[in-house]
Amino acid sequence: MLQPPLDAARFWRLSLAGAASFLGVWTLAAMSGITSRDFLPAPWDVVARFGQLMVEPFAGYVLHQHLASSLQRFAMGFVLAVCVGIPLGLLMAWFGWVDRLVSPLFETVRFIAPIAWVPFAALWFGIGIGGPVLIIFMGAFPPVLINTYRGAKQVDRKYIEASQMLGASSWRAMTEVLLPAAVPSIVAGLRISAGLGWQSLVGAELIVASSGVGYLMVKGQAAVSTATVMSGMVAIGVVGLLIDIALRRAQFAIERRRGL
Amino acid sequence: MANIVFQNVQRVFTQNGQSFVALKDIHLEVNDREFVAIVGPSGCGKTTCMRMAAGLEHPTGGQVSVDGEVVTQPGPDRAVVFQAFALFPWKSVWDNIEFGLHSLGVAAGERKRRIEHYIALMGLGGYERAFPHQLSGGMQQRVAIARAYVLDPKVLLMDEPFGALDAQTRVVMQEELVRLARQHPRTVLFITHAVEEAVYLADRIVVMSARPGTVREIIDVKSIRESEDWDQHKRIEDVMDLPSFVHLRTHVWKLLRDQQGSLAH
Repeated sequence: MLQPPLDAARFWRLSLAGAASFLGVWTLAAMSGITSRDFLPAPWDVVARFGQLMVEPFAGYVLHQHLASSLQRFAMGFVLAVCVGIPLGLLMAWFGWVDRLVSPLFETVRFIAPIAWVPFAALWFGIGIGGPVLIIFMGAFPPVLINTYRGAKQVDRKYIEASQMLGASSWRAMTEVLLPAAVPSIVAGLRISAGLGWQSLVGAELIVASSGVGYLMVKGQAAVSTATVMSGMVAIGVVGLLIDIALRRAQFAIERRRGL
Repeated sequence: MANIVFQNVQRVFTQNGQSFVALKDIHLEVNDREFVAIVGPSGCGKTTCMRMAAGLEHPTGGQVSVDGEVVTQPGPDRAVVFQAFALFPWKSVWDNIEFGLHSLGVAAGERKRRIEHYIALMGLGGYERAFPHQLSGGMQQRVAIARAYVLDPKVLLMDEPFGALDAQTRVVMQEELVRLARQHPRTVLFITHAVEEAVYLADRIVVMSARPGTVREIIDVKSIRESEDWDQHKRIEDVMDLPSFVHLRTHVWKLLRDQQGSLAH
């Protein structure tokens, strides 16, 4: 920001004004009769439908059950991305030959959008859980690897020299020097990674047969119920925001502990 | 015999296709348990000498050996105290000091004994669980010194260790280092640009010329220190008042000032 930050009261007034304007325009558009209420529901229609989905099953389950299902797949894909990405990033940063081996392949593959993996996943996994997990992994993996690698590569030379002088093996150098030094970068990468992984969710659930928020939205589309689809979008947005807030808190806590 | 020998050491740097000579014809021996200071103008290559003894850099000609073995890479037998401290910010004081002991395979009981000894000696009591960023510069450097000493290294290499400290802390640290050095004599190679510091701490002083760095003169301080009994004075300002100290300091200053030839004294 080039201008000084706003005080809390002004911040909240402006945010509410923004939200209110958006809702106002939406309501006008919905009420104007330009298109049927099925295609463009009013804000309260969506709220009502959202509430309904929480108690009445649709496409097999109630909303929070679909959410749980989605979160489970997300967690698996995300954890897998972290478990592969962090060690690999450290190895690539420390051993030049690992870097040369992996980089060309990684740089090519990373530009294939997660969605583009859907047909491949469908062929390989059918409707099994492997499919969505693969898609989410493809979204979450690149930021984790890149941020770990960069964080480790940018470790101040003096720490590397100190660790060499102190006789640290490659293993200790990677786990006790590179990894802790790269934590701020890694955590920032985790936030991006979680966001991308969560966003890849809908694409992932296109090939899942029986549950999940993305599945709910696809079923809502088939039933021509925009309110259902938008309820799904709201759920995705809110949960995505909560995940980001949680990781942001973790990031600040870590930075404070380090005295940054 | 934990000595450091520089044999005909040369160091040429190449940058953008241009090469320049940083160090030329360095012959130097630091004897067992001797405290040798290298002083010289900025850019004379004195830090490079230390880094070659540490194994962090390599000579382009000649060789550096410690205890008869040619130095090829860094290791805990040649402990370094860096100007920028280089303590790991994510580790506590205790863990920082302990780090090198794991590499040496020292058993847990012995590790504890050694660390406690140096924490007491360096006045770090109560700060074992603190993190570097919570400590002042002087305290951090005390931790770095403890980290080096605790390894029981063959030689100690100190690269302007007090350069980043304020003037008053610096003086306190010099007094402490003298105390430590007299109590636990070790082979030390100490790099500084502060003449008074070198005269106060060292047994011998190596005066280097400006780039390309060569050895101008080697001055024996220990014999003067012992014959004039500097050690009876506990405070640094009392030592620095002595005529023999002043004379020696001035001599070194003149050597540094004089850019060509040697000054008749």
